[in-house]
Amino acid sequence: MKTVYLDNNATTSVAPEALDAMLPFLRQRYGNPSSMHAFGGLVARDLQRAREQAAALIGADPSEILFTSCGTESDSTAIRSALEVNPGRRHIVTTRVEHPAVLTLCQWLGDHGYKVTELPVDGNGMLDLAEVERAVKADTAIVSVMWANNETGVLFPVERIAEMCRERGILFHTDAVQAVGKIPMDMRRNRIDMLSFSGHKLHAPKGVAVLYVRRGTRFAPFLIGGHQEHGRRAGTENVASIVALGRACELAAQGLEAENTRVRALRDRLEAELLRRIPDARLNGHPRARLPNTTNLSFEFVEGEAILLHLDQAGICASSGSACTSGSLEPSHVLRAMGVPFTFAHGSVRLSLSRYSTDADVDAVLAALPPIIERLRAISPFSRTRMPSAARLAPDPAHKH
Amino acid sequence: MWDYSAKLKDHFFNPRNVGEIPGASGVGEVGSLACGDALTLFIKVDDRGVITEAKFKTFGCGSAIASASALTEMIVGKTVEEAMQITNQDIADFLGGIPREKMHCSVMGREALEAAINNFRGLGAPQARKGEIVCKCFGVTDEEIRRAVRENHLKTVEDVTHYTKAGGGCGQCRDAIARLVDEVIAAERAQAAQAPRRLTTVQKIKKIEDVLEREVRPTLRADGGDIDLVDVDGNRVIVALRGVCSHCPGSGATLSGYVETKLRELVDPDLVLEEAPK
Ligand SMILES: Cc1ncc(COP(=O)(O)O)c(C=O)c1O
Repeated sequence: MKTVYLDNNATTSVAPEALDAMLPFLRQRYGNPSSMHAFGGLVARDLQRAREQAAALIGADPSEILFTSCGTESDSTAIRSALEVNPGRRHIVTTRVEHPAVLTLCQWLGDHGYKVTELPVDGNGMLDLAEVERAVKADTAIVSVMWANNETGVLFPVERIAEMCRERGILFHTDAVQAVGKIPMDMRRNRIDMLSFSGHKLHAPKGVAVLYVRRGTRFAPFLIGGHQEHGRRAGTENVASIVALGRACELAAQGLEAENTRVRALRDRLEAELLRRIPDARLNGHPRARLPNTTNLSFEFVEGEAILLHLDQAGICASSGSACTSGSLEPSHVLRAMGVPFTFAHGSVRLSLSRYSTDADVDAVLAALPPIIERLRAISPFSRTRMPSAARLAPDPAHKH
Repeated sequence: MWDYSAKLKDHFFNPRNVGEIPGASGVGEVGSLACGDALTLFIKVDDRGVITEAKFKTFGCGSAIASASALTEMIVGKTVEEAMQITNQDIADFLGGIPREKMHCSVMGREALEAAINNFRGLGAPQARKGEIVCKCFGVTDEEIRRAVRENHLKTVEDVTHYTKAGGGCGQCRDAIARLVDEVIAAERAQAAQAPRRLTTVQKIKKIEDVLEREVRPTLRADGGDIDLVDVDGNRVIVALRGVCSHCPGSGATLSGYVETKLRELVDPDLVLEEAPK
């Protein structure tokens, strides 16, 4: 059975060109770029080239690119750096819908002496710029808002938030792990101070990422040790993966146009057809202000893990924000923050495409998913005409988390 | 990804006895849409008190659907009294095990069965619950928590969350759950202290087997080993170790240090463990 991979927001396949680019560094060219001999030292040129490729994708200067080990490290480095260079400021502003790489860190900082404001989102998952403005204070050290949400694909007005922060002298970081390579961006034209992105979301291997730090931004390293990355990130470079990341960035730049035309059209067809063919379904997230590759749909009266198990049997990879798949007992924090009605919240499915997705992939989902929902609804005690009695709707509707 | 057994997957992909029974003798409804899983169980009971038919409808994940399907197969042909003896562990065993974090699915099955039987006996509405709500997020009562702790020998708040979901939401009730766990364990200790010290040999063997199965084998099996009870002679417990443990130089320490402590703690403080000659 052919695998239909529509979980590209979780991770992506390594582009064949990126794999080819990295293999020599795992074979004969294993030298250390910091070495004085040519065998190692020449590898530094390949690192520099990767730095230029990564910089070009986001319109940055190569000197503004730090290579890290993962998106999570980039996020942690940015936020902790901002706190360290602003010792007098104890306040952090972020959103309720961040990836755990930001949210869990902020909550931990909240338990360790910092004050954290988590901004709400509306029913479409959108952030209100005025809310951000109201939240910042004189002792705000950093505002961290993701560029695109990993579950819904909803885009946030980060360039405008950066502008507002700059006027107030507050550092601004964005977790752009889901946005880079999917939408165009140009760091010369915005005021974002720090930006994270991760290799494995754009067809490079896992375990390599970038932290962009605008030139002139005060910065404190997270990993302290050797002089690598100009003392801003110690540790011998993951050369092979960095080279692959560089090549993947180049491919992403070339593919941006296709991502926003061909991939978007595939996603739109998938989404529109599923909503047309399956009754009592809804789209989670703003219909337009969204990444071109992501759709997050909820099917009322059925549960997400059960849907995923059936899809998996049909060879289709997707993900869900249901409680049973999130490893907790409650549905995804993103859907809860959006106030998705609980009759829908447990039955969400995220399908995320890539430039390797095809019409055949979309057709496979269109063939498989409607009968799966129908089967599970036939088992479900709930339906449009058989809504649960008030007692079963919620254990205690008055109880708030 | 959950590691579901082949049998669990079979019951998920091919659920048995889905549907409703018009004019059922008893109906049990547990769970809620908000909680992410819910089960309605219908039973038909004949005039001899035998369950002749059982059907279900479930909203929930793979193990919730499989647990409900398994339950219907387990109870048909049993008398109501026999069915009342079924524990959530029996449901899990029937399915070849359920991931620990998902044990609440088997508990939901047992609760639906109890609600259906009580409804059949005229003791309550299909949704009737016993006790006071402790966990407001998932609507779990003190009675339900106490029962899960007793029947499954739970020791921590986290265990209780895996088995009942209680405490898995906002977390405000976690202290209250900890008190309930302590209370049940204290009551069991007090009861054990009062119970007559002398067990018959059959009782002793059964208890030892029980402890080996519950407390010892899972740990050994995780390392590729196993343990068999060979004989019980007075207070001498003779066992054979299999797999990795049997030729592991540390097996002596494993035996006296771990198994014996467990048996002394849970069966009889005078037990002495011996390894069967190979
Ligand atoms: C929005 C977002 N931020 C951060 C991360 C973490 O990236 P990494 O897996 O490279 O640590 C992810 C990916 O899981 C993500 O989607």
